[in-house]
Amino acid sequence: MSLSDTARTQGATPATQRRDPRQIPDRLTTRGQRVLKSWEALLLLVGIAIFVANCFASPYFLSPWSLSDATFNFTEKAMIAFAMALLIISGEIDLSVAAIIALASTAMGAAATAGFGTPVLVGIGLGTGLLCGAFNGVLVTRLGLPSIVVTIGTMSLFRGLSYIVLGDGAYRGYPDGFAFFGQGYVFWVVSFEFVLFAVLAVIFTVLLHKTNFGRAVFSVGNNATAALFSGIRVPRVKMILFLLTGLMSGVAAICLTSRLGSTRPSIGLGMELEVVTMVVLGGVSILGGSGSIPGIVIAAFVLGLLTFGLGLLNVPGIVISIFTGALLIGVIALPRLIAKGRR
Amino acid sequence: MPYDTTSAGDTPPVGQPILALNGIEKVFPGVKALDGVHLSLYPGQVTALVGENGAGKSTIVKILTGIYQPDGGEILLNGTAITFPTAQHAAAAGVTAIHQETVLFDELTVAENIFLGHAPRTRLGLLDWRAMRRAAQAILTSIGADIDPGVKLAELGIASKHLVAISRALSIDARVVVMDEPTAALSHKEIHELYELVEKLKAQGKAILFISHKFDEIFRIADRYTVFRDGQFVAEGRIDEVSESDLVQMMVGRSVDQVFPQRTPTLGEEILTVAGYAHPTEFEDINFTLRRGEILGFYGLVGAGRSEFMQSLIGITRPSKGAVKIEGHVRIIRSPAEAIREGIVYVPEDRGKQGAITALPIFQNVTLPSLAQTSRNGFLQLAEEFDLAREYTQRLDLRAASLDTPVGALSGGNQQKVVIAKWLATKPRVIILDEPTKGIDIGSKAAVHDFMAELAAEGLAIIMVSSELPEILGMSDRVIVMREGRIVAEVSGDEMTPQTLVRHAAGIGQEDAA
Repeated sequence: MSLSDTARTQGATPATQRRDPRQIPDRLTTRGQRVLKSWEALLLLVGIAIFVANCFASPYFLSPWSLSDATFNFTEKAMIAFAMALLIISGEIDLSVAAIIALASTAMGAAATAGFGTPVLVGIGLGTGLLCGAFNGVLVTRLGLPSIVVTIGTMSLFRGLSYIVLGDGAYRGYPDGFAFFGQGYVFWVVSFEFVLFAVLAVIFTVLLHKTNFGRAVFSVGNNATAALFSGIRVPRVKMILFLLTGLMSGVAAICLTSRLGSTRPSIGLGMELEVVTMVVLGGVSILGGSGSIPGIVIAAFVLGLLTFGLGLLNVPGIVISIFTGALLIGVIALPRLIAKGRR
Repeated sequence: MPYDTTSAGDTPPVGQPILALNGIEKVFPGVKALDGVHLSLYPGQVTALVGENGAGKSTIVKILTGIYQPDGGEILLNGTAITFPTAQHAAAAGVTAIHQETVLFDELTVAENIFLGHAPRTRLGLLDWRAMRRAAQAILTSIGADIDPGVKLAELGIASKHLVAISRALSIDARVVVMDEPTAALSHKEIHELYELVEKLKAQGKAILFISHKFDEIFRIADRYTVFRDGQFVAEGRIDEVSESDLVQMMVGRSVDQVFPQRTPTLGEEILTVAGYAHPTEFEDINFTLRRGEILGFYGLVGAGRSEFMQSLIGITRPSKGAVKIEGHVRIIRSPAEAIREGIVYVPEDRGKQGAITALPIFQNVTLPSLAQTSRNGFLQLAEEFDLAREYTQRLDLRAASLDTPVGALSGGNQQKVVIAKWLATKPRVIILDEPTKGIDIGSKAAVHDFMAELAAEGLAIIMVSSELPEILGMSDRVIVMREGRIVAEVSGDEMTPQTLVRHAAGIGQEDAA
């Protein structure tokens, strides 16, 4: 760089004419290189491997209806996982999502018993989700409490309310139209839940990767202080994410309740851990700051195929959870092991 | 002895380097950080390593301490080739480093901090607390530190913590001590204590590599110098054979005849008026005005309330009373987002925590406060982001492999350029720079100063908070001095002398006024 005194005083001259422009390239890698090196590419390979293994393992696996059934294994969890991914990227977490499902389902069951129709039930399901999300969000953003503690608390609280209302009982009397959300098919073997999953995947991909809001989420997760100093309204971003997670839990509650056709207080028990597993497997850093929605989509398929394949082989549920746990640890450890081996 | 005792006996004769690095190369994607550099460290001598940011100073320190592996060249310890595949290997060979921000643990005792990871053990393999305390006490005494090894680190001040960090470095029986900007966080008195410590280490025959941006320090304590420029070795020799300007010439490869840009300020209309600003604990009764094209310096000692006041101007903290007028209209700013809309931006002192998001790429950092301009209906427009980022980083002569490089991969001076570029891209009316050149090298400093002068000439109003007297005096049109949360003086013209500013800042001869 060469600066002469005359140039210094002529501040109005355009920068490019003033000095030898040191051209900095936009990027050094192409889009293809980044995709090939990405976590998502590795995960996709794992998914293909599990798919092939499933084909060999069971003759029933490759039929369209069987594949369609397999999708129900992940669609509801993935809907929550999309919102949860954003929340975890921002540096927060919501462990109360399964409890929100229980509370929302109970509220819908009570309304159905009181004779309300499908549109009202849907409104109640979504509304309960939003309210629960707002409750979590206010505790975290207004009182500054750590979200992991807050949502462990609300996890017990929301499901506890459901137990108080239902006890040993169950709600069953859902209107006929309500069954469509969890049992309906839009076209041939393509279920309504799968279509909803696909649409939400696109919406969340655009939201996280193509909008200012998504950029704010990454900024907050990487350095909330610097984001605040840069004019990002950090509490507002987090509040929106808690609302969104609550809302998606409400959506999942509608689908799950509709699919099961009944509500017990134990509905969706333990699902929060499967959702978090899906998010982490999808490449979201549990410490916040990085991750992608396409990663979640692939992780959803991987987990869904794995559990469905094992189910076809009559492997008991407890053992399946051992496999998912091993898969999670294995896929996360693999890149580190490879990196160590190279050194 | 943590290192090979047989070789420890035959100390090399003076004149032979204890540690020599020859033809060291290190390549990062897109950048050749070190290109065949050479560095020799002699026992009982302090070698100052000088160079601009990006010269490769931190890279060579990381190679010396086993964090990076060189891609070429050799390391000779007492004339024998050696490699440092891990940090433990470097420590075992007696190479230790004291970094700008050494990691210590507040909740552990001083002795535990010193011996963490290599504490003496009893025969049963348990920690030998008594031996540890005794050894810690011995090291602390040897460096003249009056610290009880049994107290928790949290109870110590910053200078004492530094001494603990040095003790920790010495506890591995170091032969080579690397000091990477050790005085950056220290006060005047503490710096002198550090000098004495360096003398003691020299007397013990240790080879010291001293990295600093402060020339007075280098000429005060160094025996030898080595200069790097853009990853290449430039020169080395005895420090008493060169002058300050020789060194600067070698560092930048051109003569720096004047440190600060010549300006003839043309002051425009008043743009910012602050009246009666107060905060319950940090500051009170702040009144001043700022005009277009003006550089207003804020001088004071650390803790005078300058940063706290500046942060209240952009809505990070709320003042309890007082008003801000922008172009004559009263404005209430409750958040940085509102401050940006009003055209007041703040370049914070703490780059890593408040200024930059180091994990995100350069272009995303630059455009973060300007996303409303570069996006369309809330959707990102990457091409426009790259254009904006390129325009402003180029104006500041940023050096980076690409705009997609994470900010954390840049040197301190270049990180600061990114942060300044980010705020200029919002096209502000008032820019507040808090210690804008703290911890960055001479070349980057001059670039920032030149740029400030350009901006003022374009009509931007600039507030510069600085604790560096030459910078305050060289850049400001007018200086406000703060002490204990209050404005104690406003000086301009011939009154702007180092003596006046220091006296006001320290409160010397002000008792009658208070």
